[in-house]
Amino acid sequence: MPEHSKPWRNAPDRKDLPVRLLLLLVVFAVSTAAGYRIIRRVPPLLHTPLMSGMNAISGVTVLGSLAATAAALSTGSRLLGAAAIVLAMINVVGGFVVTDRMLGMFRSKH
Amino acid sequence: MYVLAQIVLAIALLWGIRLMGKTETARLGNRLAAASLLTAIVLVLGRSGTLNMPIILVSLAVGSAIGLILALRITMLQIPQMVALLNGLGGAASLLTALLAVAGGKGTGSLVGPAAGSMAVAVGGVTLGGSLVAAAKLHRLLPQQPVCARANRLIAPVLLVLLGLSVGMAIFPAGFGTMPGLMAVAVCAVAFGVFFALPVGGADMPITISLLNAMSGIAASVCGLVVDDALLVAAGAIVGATGLILTRVMCAAMNRSLFQVLVGASATPATEPVAGIATDESAPPAATPAPGACGASAAFDPVECLLEARRVVIVPGYGMALGEAEALVRDLYEFLERRGVDVKFAIHPVAGRMPGHMTVLLADVDIPYDKMIQLDAINPEFAQTDVAIVVGACDVVNPAAITAKGTPIYGMPILHVHEARRVIVCNADTQPGYSGIENPLYARDNVALLLGNAASTLDNLLKELQLRGHQT
Repeated sequence: MPEHSKPWRNAPDRKDLPVRLLLLLVVFAVSTAAGYRIIRRVPPLLHTPLMSGMNAISGVTVLGSLAATAAALSTGSRLLGAAAIVLAMINVVGGFVVTDRMLGMFRSKH
Repeated sequence: MYVLAQIVLAIALLWGIRLMGKTETARLGNRLAAASLLTAIVLVLGRSGTLNMPIILVSLAVGSAIGLILALRITMLQIPQMVALLNGLGGAASLLTALLAVAGGKGTGSLVGPAAGSMAVAVGGVTLGGSLVAAAKLHRLLPQQPVCARANRLIAPVLLVLLGLSVGMAIFPAGFGTMPGLMAVAVCAVAFGVFFALPVGGADMPITISLLNAMSGIAASVCGLVVDDALLVAAGAIVGATGLILTRVMCAAMNRSLFQVLVGASATPATEPVAGIATDESAPPAATPAPGACGASAAFDPVECLLEARRVVIVPGYGMALGEAEALVRDLYEFLERRGVDVKFAIHPVAGRMPGHMTVLLADVDIPYDKMIQLDAINPEFAQTDVAIVVGACDVVNPAAITAKGTPIYGMPILHVHEARRVIVCNADTQPGYSGIENPLYARDNVALLLGNAASTLDNLLKELQLRGHQT
Protein backbone atom coordinates (compact mmCIF):
# COMPACT_ATOMS: atom_id res chain seq x y z
CA MET A 1 0.00 0.00 0.00
CA PRO A 2 1.42 3.37 -0.90
CA GLU A 3 2.46 5.37 2.10
CA HIS A 4 0.50 8.47 1.27
CA SER A 5 -2.84 6.73 1.03
CA LYS A 6 -3.21 6.80 4.79
CA PRO A 7 -1.93 10.14 5.87
CA TRP A 8 -3.32 9.99 9.39
CA ARG A 9 -1.57 6.69 10.07
CA ASN A 10 1.87 7.59 8.94
CA ALA A 11 1.48 10.95 10.49
CA PRO A 12 3.82 13.48 8.96
CA ASP A 13 6.58 14.75 11.21
CA ARG A 14 5.25 16.45 14.25
CA LYS A 15 6.90 19.62 13.01
CA ASP A 16 5.15 19.31 9.67
CA LEU A 17 1.68 18.83 11.12
CA PRO A 18 0.82 22.41 12.15
CA VAL A 19 2.02 23.60 8.76
CA ARG A 20 -0.32 21.20 6.94
CA LEU A 21 -3.18 22.20 9.18
CA LEU A 22 -2.51 25.87 8.64
CA LEU A 23 -2.40 25.28 4.89
CA LEU A 24 -5.75 23.48 5.00
CA LEU A 25 -7.26 26.27 7.05
CA VAL A 26 -6.07 28.75 4.42
CA VAL A 27 -7.69 26.58 1.76
CA PHE A 28 -10.88 26.65 3.84
CA ALA A 29 -10.87 30.44 4.12
CA VAL A 30 -10.05 31.04 0.45
CA SER A 31 -12.73 28.61 -0.75
CA THR A 32 -15.36 30.15 1.50
CA ALA A 33 -14.55 33.60 0.11
CA ALA A 34 -14.52 32.32 -3.47
CA GLY A 35 -17.85 30.53 -3.02
CA TYR A 36 -19.36 33.63 -1.47
CA ARG A 37 -18.22 35.87 -4.32
CA ILE A 38 -19.41 33.53 -7.04
CA ILE A 39 -22.80 32.81 -5.57
CA ARG A 40 -23.75 36.22 -4.28
CA ARG A 41 -25.38 37.36 -7.49
CA VAL A 42 -27.23 34.23 -8.54
CA PRO A 43 -30.82 35.05 -9.56
CA PRO A 44 -33.56 33.61 -7.28
CA LEU A 45 -34.78 31.77 -10.36
CA LEU A 46 -31.87 29.34 -9.94
CA HIS A 47 -31.99 28.93 -6.16
CA THR A 48 -33.46 25.44 -6.17
CA PRO A 49 -31.13 23.90 -8.79
CA LEU A 50 -28.20 25.68 -7.18
CA MET A 51 -29.02 24.28 -3.78
CA SER A 52 -29.56 20.84 -5.19
CA GLY A 53 -26.23 21.02 -7.05
CA MET A 54 -24.45 22.23 -3.94
CA ASN A 55 -26.04 19.37 -2.09
CA ALA A 56 -24.51 16.96 -4.60
CA ILE A 57 -21.11 18.57 -4.17
CA SER A 58 -21.33 18.17 -0.39
CA GLY A 59 -21.13 14.45 -1.15
CA VAL A 60 -17.46 15.19 -1.89
CA THR A 61 -16.93 13.67 1.53
CA VAL A 62 -16.80 10.40 -0.43
CA LEU A 63 -13.14 11.24 -1.14
CA GLY A 64 -12.49 10.94 2.58
CA SER A 65 -14.58 7.79 2.86
CA LEU A 66 -12.60 6.17 0.04
CA ALA A 67 -9.20 6.98 1.54
CA ALA A 68 -10.29 5.87 4.98
CA THR A 69 -11.84 2.64 3.75
CA ALA A 70 -8.81 1.80 1.63
CA ALA A 71 -6.70 1.92 4.78
CA ALA A 72 -9.18 0.04 6.96
CA LEU A 73 -7.79 -3.11 8.54
CA SER A 74 -10.60 -4.57 10.64
CA THR A 75 -13.90 -5.93 9.33
CA GLY A 76 -15.80 -3.43 11.44
CA SER A 77 -14.10 -0.43 9.94
CA ARG A 78 -14.45 -1.88 6.45
CA LEU A 79 -18.21 -2.11 6.93
CA LEU A 80 -18.30 1.38 8.39
CA GLY A 81 -16.36 2.63 5.38
CA ALA A 82 -18.60 0.80 2.94
CA ALA A 83 -21.66 2.39 4.55
CA ALA A 84 -20.06 5.82 4.31
CA ILE A 85 -19.25 5.31 0.62
CA VAL A 86 -22.78 4.11 -0.20
CA LEU A 87 -24.40 7.08 1.59
CA ALA A 88 -22.05 9.61 0.04
CA MET A 89 -22.55 8.19 -3.46
CA ILE A 90 -26.34 8.34 -3.12
CA ASN A 91 -25.83 12.01 -2.26
CA VAL A 92 -23.45 12.65 -5.16
CA VAL A 93 -25.20 10.75 -7.96
CA GLY A 94 -28.74 11.50 -6.79
CA GLY A 95 -27.93 15.18 -6.36
CA PHE A 96 -26.29 15.70 -9.73
CA VAL A 97 -28.86 13.72 -11.70
CA VAL A 98 -31.85 15.44 -10.10
CA THR A 99 -30.22 18.83 -10.68
CA ASP A 100 -29.64 17.95 -14.31
CA ARG A 101 -33.28 16.90 -14.68
CA MET A 102 -34.41 20.15 -13.14
CA LEU A 103 -32.20 22.31 -15.34
CA GLY A 104 -33.30 20.34 -18.39
CA MET A 105 -36.80 21.72 -17.87
CA PHE A 106 -35.68 25.32 -17.84
CA ARG A 107 -36.22 26.86 -21.21
CA SER A 108 -36.57 30.40 -22.43
CA LYS A 109 -39.25 31.71 -24.72
CA HIS A 110 -37.03 31.62 -27.78
CA MET B 1 1.48 15.69 -8.69
CA TYR B 2 -1.60 14.82 -6.69
CA VAL B 3 -1.66 18.33 -5.28
CA LEU B 4 -1.59 19.76 -8.79
CA ALA B 5 -4.49 17.56 -9.86
CA GLN B 6 -6.40 18.66 -6.77
CA ILE B 7 -5.88 22.32 -7.63
CA VAL B 8 -7.04 21.75 -11.21
CA LEU B 9 -10.12 19.89 -9.99
CA ALA B 10 -10.93 22.57 -7.42
CA ILE B 11 -10.78 25.21 -10.15
CA ALA B 12 -12.97 23.10 -12.44
CA LEU B 13 -15.46 22.72 -9.62
CA LEU B 14 -15.53 26.45 -8.95
CA TRP B 15 -15.91 27.15 -12.66
CA GLY B 16 -18.83 24.73 -12.79
CA ILE B 17 -20.50 26.46 -9.86
CA ARG B 18 -19.95 29.79 -11.57
CA LEU B 19 -21.65 28.52 -14.70
CA MET B 20 -24.54 27.29 -12.56
CA GLY B 21 -25.24 30.88 -11.64
CA LYS B 22 -26.54 31.76 -15.10
CA THR B 23 -29.64 30.27 -16.64
CA GLU B 24 -28.09 29.65 -20.06
CA THR B 25 -25.08 27.76 -18.75
CA ALA B 26 -26.47 26.22 -15.57
CA ARG B 27 -26.84 22.72 -16.97
CA LEU B 28 -23.31 22.72 -18.34
CA GLY B 29 -22.05 23.97 -14.99
CA ASN B 30 -23.75 21.17 -13.13
CA ARG B 31 -22.20 18.63 -15.48
CA LEU B 32 -18.77 20.18 -15.14
CA ALA B 33 -19.05 20.01 -11.35
CA ALA B 34 -20.19 16.39 -11.56
CA ALA B 35 -17.33 15.51 -13.91
CA SER B 36 -14.70 17.07 -11.66
CA LEU B 37 -16.07 15.23 -8.64
CA LEU B 38 -16.06 11.91 -10.50
CA THR B 39 -12.49 12.54 -11.68
CA ALA B 40 -11.49 13.22 -8.09
CA ILE B 41 -13.03 9.90 -7.05
CA VAL B 42 -11.11 8.01 -9.74
CA LEU B 43 -7.94 9.81 -8.72
CA VAL B 44 -8.32 8.79 -5.07
CA LEU B 45 -9.09 5.23 -6.13
CA GLY B 46 -5.89 5.17 -8.18
CA ARG B 47 -3.89 6.20 -5.13
CA SER B 48 -5.47 3.66 -2.84
CA GLY B 49 -4.02 0.22 -2.24
CA THR B 50 -5.78 -2.80 -3.71
CA LEU B 51 -6.40 -4.36 -0.30
CA ASN B 52 -10.04 -3.29 0.13
CA MET B 53 -10.72 -2.55 -3.52
CA PRO B 54 -13.56 -5.06 -4.04
CA ILE B 55 -15.66 -3.78 -1.17
CA ILE B 56 -14.96 -0.18 -2.24
CA LEU B 57 -16.07 -0.78 -5.81
CA VAL B 58 -19.21 -2.61 -4.73
CA SER B 59 -20.10 0.22 -2.34
CA LEU B 60 -19.55 2.81 -5.07
CA ALA B 61 -21.79 0.87 -7.46
CA VAL B 62 -24.55 0.30 -4.90
CA GLY B 63 -24.60 3.94 -3.81
CA SER B 64 -24.61 5.21 -7.39
CA ALA B 65 -27.42 2.87 -8.39
CA ILE B 66 -29.61 3.91 -5.44
CA GLY B 67 -28.90 7.58 -6.11
CA LEU B 68 -29.70 7.21 -9.80
CA ILE B 69 -32.98 5.41 -9.18
CA LEU B 70 -34.03 7.98 -6.58
CA ALA B 71 -33.17 10.90 -8.83
CA LEU B 72 -35.00 9.50 -11.85
CA ARG B 73 -38.16 8.50 -10.00
CA ILE B 74 -38.70 11.63 -7.97
CA THR B 75 -41.36 14.09 -9.14
CA MET B 76 -40.70 17.81 -9.14
CA LEU B 77 -43.19 18.23 -6.32
CA GLN B 78 -40.97 16.03 -4.15
CA ILE B 79 -37.75 17.94 -4.79
CA PRO B 80 -37.65 19.65 -1.35
CA GLN B 81 -37.78 16.38 0.58
CA MET B 82 -35.32 14.78 -1.85
CA VAL B 83 -32.80 17.58 -1.23
CA ALA B 84 -33.34 17.31 2.52
CA LEU B 85 -32.88 13.54 2.47
CA LEU B 86 -29.71 13.65 0.35
CA ASN B 87 -28.38 16.34 2.63
CA GLY B 88 -28.86 14.07 5.61
CA LEU B 89 -27.09 11.19 3.89
CA GLY B 90 -24.14 13.47 3.11
CA GLY B 91 -23.99 14.44 6.78
CA ALA B 92 -24.11 10.78 7.78
CA ALA B 93 -21.27 9.97 5.38
CA SER B 94 -19.12 12.74 6.89
CA LEU B 95 -19.90 11.45 10.38
CA LEU B 96 -18.91 7.87 9.53
CA THR B 97 -15.79 8.94 7.65
CA ALA B 98 -14.58 11.05 10.55
CA LEU B 99 -15.18 8.18 12.98
CA LEU B 100 -13.29 5.81 10.72
CA ALA B 101 -10.39 8.18 10.15
CA VAL B 102 -9.90 8.90 13.84
CA ALA B 103 -10.19 5.20 14.66
CA GLY B 104 -7.38 4.53 12.19
CA GLY B 105 -5.22 7.35 13.49
CA LYS B 106 -5.09 6.64 17.20
CA GLY B 107 -1.35 6.27 17.16
CA THR B 108 -0.48 9.75 15.98
CA GLY B 109 -0.80 11.21 19.45
CA SER B 110 -1.67 14.65 18.13
CA LEU B 111 -4.74 16.60 19.06
CA VAL B 112 -5.63 17.50 15.48
CA GLY B 113 -7.24 14.17 14.59
CA PRO B 114 -9.58 13.93 17.59
CA ALA B 115 -10.34 17.66 17.63
CA ALA B 116 -11.21 17.97 13.94
CA GLY B 117 -12.75 14.49 14.08
CA SER B 118 -15.17 15.37 16.84
CA MET B 119 -16.05 18.59 15.01
CA ALA B 120 -16.82 16.62 11.85
CA VAL B 121 -18.84 14.05 13.78
CA ALA B 122 -20.76 16.81 15.57
CA VAL B 123 -21.63 18.83 12.46
CA GLY B 124 -22.34 15.69 10.42
CA GLY B 125 -24.61 14.36 13.16
CA VAL B 126 -26.62 17.56 13.49
CA THR B 127 -26.98 17.65 9.69
CA LEU B 128 -28.18 14.04 9.68
CA GLY B 129 -30.73 14.45 12.47
CA GLY B 130 -32.02 17.78 11.24
CA SER B 131 -32.27 16.78 7.59
CA LEU B 132 -34.13 13.56 8.27
CA VAL B 133 -36.73 15.41 10.35
CA ALA B 134 -37.01 18.11 7.65
CA ALA B 135 -37.45 15.46 4.95
CA ALA B 136 -40.09 13.66 7.02
CA LYS B 137 -41.97 16.93 7.55
CA LEU B 138 -41.82 17.79 3.86
CA HIS B 139 -43.00 14.29 2.97
CA ARG B 140 -45.85 14.70 5.47
CA LEU B 141 -44.69 11.82 7.62
CA LEU B 142 -44.48 14.31 10.47
CA PRO B 143 -46.85 17.20 11.16
CA GLN B 144 -45.97 20.46 9.45
CA GLN B 145 -46.63 22.54 12.55
CA PRO B 146 -43.88 23.24 15.01
CA VAL B 147 -43.67 20.15 17.21
CA CYS B 148 -43.09 20.51 20.96
CA ALA B 149 -41.59 23.95 20.55
CA ARG B 150 -41.90 24.71 24.24
CA ALA B 151 -40.20 21.54 25.47
CA ASN B 152 -37.57 22.13 22.85
CA ARG B 153 -36.50 25.34 24.49
CA LEU B 154 -35.41 23.24 27.47
CA ILE B 155 -34.12 20.15 25.68
CA ALA B 156 -32.02 21.81 22.99
CA PRO B 157 -29.71 23.74 25.36
CA VAL B 158 -29.23 20.60 27.48
CA LEU B 159 -28.28 18.61 24.40
CA LEU B 160 -25.94 21.39 23.34
CA VAL B 161 -24.14 21.26 26.69
CA LEU B 162 -23.90 17.47 26.48
CA LEU B 163 -22.54 17.81 22.96
CA GLY B 164 -19.88 20.21 24.19
CA LEU B 165 -18.94 17.90 27.05
CA SER B 166 -18.61 14.89 24.77
CA VAL B 167 -16.48 16.85 22.32
CA GLY B 168 -14.21 17.70 25.23
CA MET B 169 -14.15 14.06 26.23
CA ALA B 170 -13.15 13.01 22.74
CA ILE B 171 -10.34 15.51 22.51
CA PHE B 172 -8.92 14.93 25.98
CA PRO B 173 -9.68 11.27 26.50
CA ALA B 174 -8.68 11.12 30.15
CA GLY B 175 -9.48 7.51 30.90
CA PHE B 176 -12.36 7.22 28.45
CA GLY B 177 -10.55 6.85 25.17
CA THR B 178 -11.22 8.79 22.00
CA MET B 179 -13.70 6.41 20.39
CA PRO B 180 -16.30 6.30 23.19
CA GLY B 181 -16.06 10.07 23.29
CA LEU B 182 -16.73 10.31 19.57
CA MET B 183 -19.67 7.93 19.87
CA ALA B 184 -21.15 10.17 22.54
CA VAL B 185 -20.60 13.16 20.27
CA ALA B 186 -22.43 11.36 17.45
CA VAL B 187 -25.44 10.48 19.62
CA CYS B 188 -25.74 13.97 21.10
CA ALA B 189 -25.32 15.61 17.70
CA VAL B 190 -28.02 13.54 16.01
CA ALA B 191 -30.39 14.13 18.92
CA PHE B 192 -29.68 17.85 18.81
CA GLY B 193 -30.32 17.86 15.04
CA VAL B 194 -33.69 16.20 15.56
CA PHE B 195 -34.74 18.64 18.26
CA PHE B 196 -33.56 21.57 16.25
CA ALA B 197 -35.66 20.68 13.22
CA LEU B 198 -38.82 19.51 15.05
CA PRO B 199 -40.05 22.95 16.10
CA VAL B 200 -39.62 24.42 12.62
CA GLY B 201 -42.93 25.14 10.95
CA GLY B 202 -43.75 24.41 7.32
CA ALA B 203 -43.29 27.86 5.86
CA ASP B 204 -39.94 28.26 7.61
CA MET B 205 -38.64 25.21 5.75
CA PRO B 206 -36.78 27.20 3.05
CA ILE B 207 -34.60 28.68 5.79
CA THR B 208 -34.03 25.35 7.52
CA ILE B 209 -33.11 23.55 4.31
CA SER B 210 -30.65 26.28 3.39
CA LEU B 211 -29.03 26.08 6.80
CA LEU B 212 -28.79 22.29 6.74
CA ASN B 213 -27.30 22.51 3.28
CA ALA B 214 -24.61 24.83 4.60
CA MET B 215 -23.95 22.46 7.48
CA SER B 216 -23.50 19.44 5.23
CA GLY B 217 -20.82 21.42 3.41
CA ILE B 218 -19.09 22.41 6.62
CA ALA B 219 -19.22 18.79 7.82
CA ALA B 220 -17.50 17.67 4.61
CA SER B 221 -14.94 20.43 4.93
CA VAL B 222 -14.01 19.56 8.52
CA CYS B 223 -13.89 15.93 7.44
CA GLY B 224 -11.28 17.07 4.92
CA LEU B 225 -9.19 18.44 7.78
CA VAL B 226 -9.34 15.03 9.45
CA VAL B 227 -8.29 12.99 6.43
CA ASP B 228 -5.94 15.72 5.21
CA ASP B 229 -7.51 16.22 1.78
CA ALA B 230 -7.37 19.77 0.42
CA LEU B 231 -10.00 19.24 -2.30
CA LEU B 232 -12.47 17.98 0.30
CA VAL B 233 -11.78 21.02 2.48
CA ALA B 234 -12.22 23.38 -0.47
CA ALA B 235 -15.40 21.87 -1.90
CA GLY B 236 -17.03 21.59 1.51
CA ALA B 237 -16.22 25.21 2.30
CA ILE B 238 -17.77 26.38 -0.97
CA VAL B 239 -20.98 24.50 -0.22
CA GLY B 240 -20.98 25.95 3.29
CA ALA B 241 -20.62 29.50 1.97
CA THR B 242 -23.44 29.08 -0.56
CA GLY B 243 -25.74 27.58 2.02
CA LEU B 244 -25.12 30.47 4.38
CA ILE B 245 -25.83 33.02 1.65
CA LEU B 246 -29.12 31.33 0.80
CA THR B 247 -30.01 31.16 4.49
CA ARG B 248 -29.51 34.90 4.79
CA VAL B 249 -31.53 35.61 1.64
CA MET B 250 -34.39 33.42 2.89
CA CYS B 251 -34.41 35.00 6.35
CA ALA B 252 -34.56 38.47 4.81
CA ALA B 253 -37.42 37.41 2.52
CA MET B 254 -39.42 36.14 5.49
CA ASN B 255 -38.61 38.99 7.81
CA ARG B 256 -37.46 36.43 10.39
CA SER B 257 -34.21 36.17 12.24
CA LEU B 258 -32.46 32.82 12.15
CA PHE B 259 -32.85 32.60 15.91
CA GLN B 260 -36.64 33.00 15.71
CA VAL B 261 -36.83 30.18 13.20
CA LEU B 262 -34.64 27.87 15.26
CA VAL B 263 -36.49 28.28 18.53
CA GLY B 264 -39.74 27.73 16.65
CA ALA B 265 -41.18 31.06 17.65
CA SER B 266 -44.32 31.10 15.59
CA ALA B 267 -45.23 34.57 14.49
CA THR B 268 -48.30 34.89 16.70
CA PRO B 269 -48.36 32.39 19.54
CA ALA B 270 -52.05 32.99 20.16
CA THR B 271 -53.27 31.58 16.87
CA GLU B 272 -52.48 28.09 15.70
CA PRO B 273 -50.22 28.48 12.67
CA VAL B 274 -51.75 27.18 9.48
CA ALA B 275 -49.76 24.50 7.69
CA GLY B 276 -49.78 25.64 4.10
CA ILE B 277 -49.13 29.24 3.18
CA ALA B 278 -52.71 29.55 2.12
CA THR B 279 -54.17 26.23 1.18
CA ASP B 280 -55.07 23.32 3.37
CA GLU B 281 -55.62 19.99 1.69
CA SER B 282 -58.37 19.10 4.07
CA ALA B 283 -60.46 22.07 2.96
CA PRO B 284 -63.65 20.80 1.33
CA PRO B 285 -63.16 21.20 -2.42
CA ALA B 286 -66.92 20.98 -2.90
CA ALA B 287 -67.33 24.58 -1.80
CA THR B 288 -66.15 25.84 -5.16
CA PRO B 289 -68.50 28.47 -6.46
CA ALA B 290 -68.83 28.81 -10.19
CA PRO B 291 -66.91 31.76 -11.58
CA GLY B 292 -69.19 34.59 -12.38
CA ALA B 293 -71.70 33.50 -9.82
CA CYS B 294 -69.08 33.56 -7.13
CA GLY B 295 -69.06 34.86 -3.60
CA ALA B 296 -70.45 38.07 -2.23
CA SER B 297 -67.10 39.80 -2.22
CA ALA B 298 -66.85 39.71 -6.01
CA ALA B 299 -67.81 43.20 -7.06
CA PHE B 300 -66.90 42.32 -10.62
CA ASP B 301 -67.03 39.33 -12.91
CA PRO B 302 -63.60 37.65 -12.95
CA VAL B 303 -64.20 36.02 -16.32
CA GLU B 304 -65.16 39.24 -18.02
CA CYS B 305 -62.31 41.21 -16.52
CA LEU B 306 -59.82 38.54 -17.64
CA LEU B 307 -61.25 38.64 -21.17
CA GLU B 308 -60.74 42.40 -21.26
CA ALA B 309 -57.32 42.41 -19.61
CA ARG B 310 -54.17 43.41 -21.50
CA ARG B 311 -51.66 42.82 -18.72
CA VAL B 312 -51.92 39.94 -16.27
CA VAL B 313 -49.57 38.85 -13.49
CA ILE B 314 -49.95 35.40 -11.94
CA VAL B 315 -48.69 34.91 -8.37
CA PRO B 316 -48.16 31.24 -7.48
CA GLY B 317 -47.80 30.05 -3.88
CA TYR B 318 -47.53 26.79 -2.00
CA GLY B 319 -51.28 26.27 -2.45
CA MET B 320 -50.67 25.76 -6.16
CA ALA B 321 -48.26 22.95 -5.36
CA LEU B 322 -50.63 21.40 -2.82
CA GLY B 323 -53.56 21.51 -5.23
CA GLU B 324 -51.31 20.25 -8.07
CA ALA B 325 -52.68 23.07 -10.17
CA GLU B 326 -49.47 23.79 -12.15
CA ALA B 327 -50.80 22.35 -15.42
CA LEU B 328 -53.99 24.42 -15.15
CA VAL B 329 -51.96 27.53 -14.45
CA ARG B 330 -50.06 26.75 -17.64
CA ASP B 331 -53.35 26.32 -19.56
CA LEU B 332 -54.58 29.64 -18.25
CA TYR B 333 -51.29 31.25 -19.25
CA GLU B 334 -51.49 29.80 -22.76
CA PHE B 335 -55.11 30.83 -23.16
CA LEU B 336 -54.30 34.41 -22.24
CA GLU B 337 -51.12 34.48 -24.37
CA ARG B 338 -53.10 33.37 -27.40
CA ARG B 339 -55.42 36.31 -26.88
CA GLY B 340 -52.44 38.62 -27.03
CA VAL B 341 -52.40 39.29 -23.29
CA ASP B 342 -49.07 40.10 -21.66
CA VAL B 343 -48.75 37.43 -18.93
CA LYS B 344 -45.99 37.28 -16.33
CA PHE B 345 -45.35 35.22 -13.22
CA ALA B 346 -44.34 36.94 -9.99
CA ILE B 347 -42.00 34.78 -7.91
CA HIS B 348 -41.53 35.48 -4.22
CA PRO B 349 -38.24 34.07 -2.88
CA VAL B 350 -39.90 32.06 -0.11
CA ALA B 351 -43.06 30.93 -1.89
CA GLY B 352 -43.11 27.17 -1.41
CA ARG B 353 -40.99 24.93 0.72
CA MET B 354 -37.49 25.61 -0.52
CA PRO B 355 -35.65 28.51 -2.16
CA GLY B 356 -36.90 28.93 -5.72
CA HIS B 357 -39.48 26.15 -5.35
CA MET B 358 -42.09 27.86 -7.56
CA THR B 359 -39.67 28.25 -10.44
CA VAL B 360 -39.07 24.53 -10.63
CA LEU B 361 -42.77 23.70 -10.51
CA LEU B 362 -43.54 26.18 -13.30
CA ALA B 363 -40.60 25.02 -15.40
CA ASP B 364 -41.92 21.48 -15.01
CA VAL B 365 -45.07 22.50 -16.93
CA ASP B 366 -43.05 24.25 -19.65
CA ILE B 367 -43.44 27.86 -18.56
CA PRO B 368 -40.45 29.72 -20.06
CA TYR B 369 -38.17 31.09 -17.37
CA ASP B 370 -38.07 34.57 -18.89
CA LYS B 371 -41.74 34.85 -17.89
CA MET B 372 -40.88 34.32 -14.23
CA ILE B 373 -40.05 37.66 -12.69
CA GLN B 374 -38.54 38.12 -9.27
CA LEU B 375 -39.86 40.34 -6.51
CA ASP B 376 -37.88 43.54 -7.10
CA ALA B 377 -38.43 43.53 -10.84
CA ILE B 378 -42.15 42.80 -10.85
CA ASN B 379 -43.31 45.07 -8.03
CA PRO B 380 -43.17 48.34 -10.02
CA GLU B 381 -45.30 46.65 -12.70
CA PHE B 382 -48.34 45.89 -10.56
CA ALA B 383 -49.61 49.46 -10.87
CA GLN B 384 -49.94 48.94 -14.64
CA THR B 385 -51.43 45.48 -14.28
CA ASP B 386 -55.08 44.92 -15.18
CA VAL B 387 -55.53 41.66 -13.32
CA ALA B 388 -53.33 39.92 -10.77
CA ILE B 389 -54.21 36.26 -10.21
CA VAL B 390 -53.12 34.83 -6.86
CA VAL B 391 -52.96 31.03 -6.84
CA GLY B 392 -52.56 29.61 -3.34
CA ALA B 393 -50.49 32.40 -1.79
CA CYS B 394 -51.35 34.46 1.27
CA ASP B 395 -48.55 35.92 3.37
CA VAL B 396 -46.39 36.89 0.39
CA VAL B 397 -49.18 39.15 -0.91
CA ASN B 398 -50.38 40.45 2.46
CA PRO B 399 -50.40 44.28 2.40
CA ALA B 400 -50.34 44.22 6.21
CA ALA B 401 -46.59 43.82 5.78
CA ILE B 402 -46.53 47.42 4.58
CA THR B 403 -49.31 49.01 6.60
CA ALA B 404 -49.74 47.17 9.90
CA LYS B 405 -46.94 48.37 12.15
CA GLY B 406 -46.33 46.09 15.08
CA THR B 407 -47.44 42.88 13.40
CA PRO B 408 -44.81 40.18 12.93
CA ILE B 409 -44.83 40.46 9.16
CA TYR B 410 -44.43 44.24 9.16
CA GLY B 411 -41.41 44.97 6.96
CA MET B 412 -41.41 41.66 5.15
CA PRO B 413 -40.97 42.23 1.41
CA ILE B 414 -44.20 41.29 -0.37
CA LEU B 415 -45.52 41.24 -3.91
CA HIS B 416 -47.55 44.41 -4.40
CA VAL B 417 -50.61 42.65 -5.75
CA HIS B 418 -52.88 45.23 -4.09
CA GLU B 419 -51.65 47.84 -6.57
CA ALA B 420 -53.14 45.98 -9.53
CA ARG B 421 -56.45 47.22 -10.89
CA ARG B 422 -58.22 43.96 -10.15
CA VAL B 423 -57.18 40.89 -8.19
CA ILE B 424 -58.50 37.34 -8.48
CA VAL B 425 -57.61 35.13 -5.52
CA CYS B 426 -57.77 31.35 -6.01
CA ASN B 427 -57.12 30.24 -2.43
CA ALA B 428 -58.59 27.45 -0.36
CA ASP B 429 -60.05 29.82 2.20
CA THR B 430 -59.63 33.28 3.67
CA GLN B 431 -57.79 32.00 6.73
CA PRO B 432 -54.57 33.79 7.63
CA GLY B 433 -51.41 32.24 6.24
CA TYR B 434 -48.47 30.89 8.20
CA SER B 435 -47.84 34.25 9.82
CA GLY B 436 -51.28 34.15 11.44
CA ILE B 437 -52.02 37.68 10.23
CA GLU B 438 -55.35 38.35 8.51
CA ASN B 439 -54.97 39.41 4.90
CA PRO B 440 -56.89 42.70 4.38
CA LEU B 441 -56.64 42.12 0.63
CA TYR B 442 -59.62 39.73 0.73
CA ALA B 443 -61.99 42.44 1.93
CA ARG B 444 -61.27 44.92 -0.87
CA ASP B 445 -63.92 45.41 -3.52
CA ASN B 446 -61.53 45.13 -6.44
CA VAL B 447 -60.71 41.60 -5.28
CA ALA B 448 -62.67 38.51 -6.35
CA LEU B 449 -62.31 35.43 -4.21
CA LEU B 450 -62.57 32.03 -5.88
CA LEU B 451 -62.36 29.78 -2.85
CA GLY B 452 -61.63 26.08 -2.91
CA ASN B 453 -59.02 23.72 -4.23
CA ALA B 454 -56.87 25.67 -6.69
CA ALA B 455 -57.11 22.98 -9.37
CA SER B 456 -60.91 22.91 -9.45
CA THR B 457 -61.40 26.69 -9.24
CA LEU B 458 -58.90 27.22 -12.05
CA ASP B 459 -60.54 24.49 -14.08
CA ASN B 460 -63.93 26.19 -13.75
CA LEU B 461 -62.47 29.57 -14.53
CA LEU B 462 -60.73 28.24 -17.61
CA LYS B 463 -63.86 26.50 -18.95
CA GLU B 464 -65.87 29.65 -18.50
CA LEU B 465 -63.16 31.70 -20.19
CA GLN B 466 -63.04 29.37 -23.19
CA LEU B 467 -66.81 29.38 -23.50
CA ARG B 468 -67.21 33.12 -23.32
CA GLY B 469 -63.98 33.84 -25.16
CA HIS B 470 -65.47 32.21 -28.22
CA GLN B 471 -68.59 34.30 -28.11
CA THR B 472 -66.74 37.58 -28.16
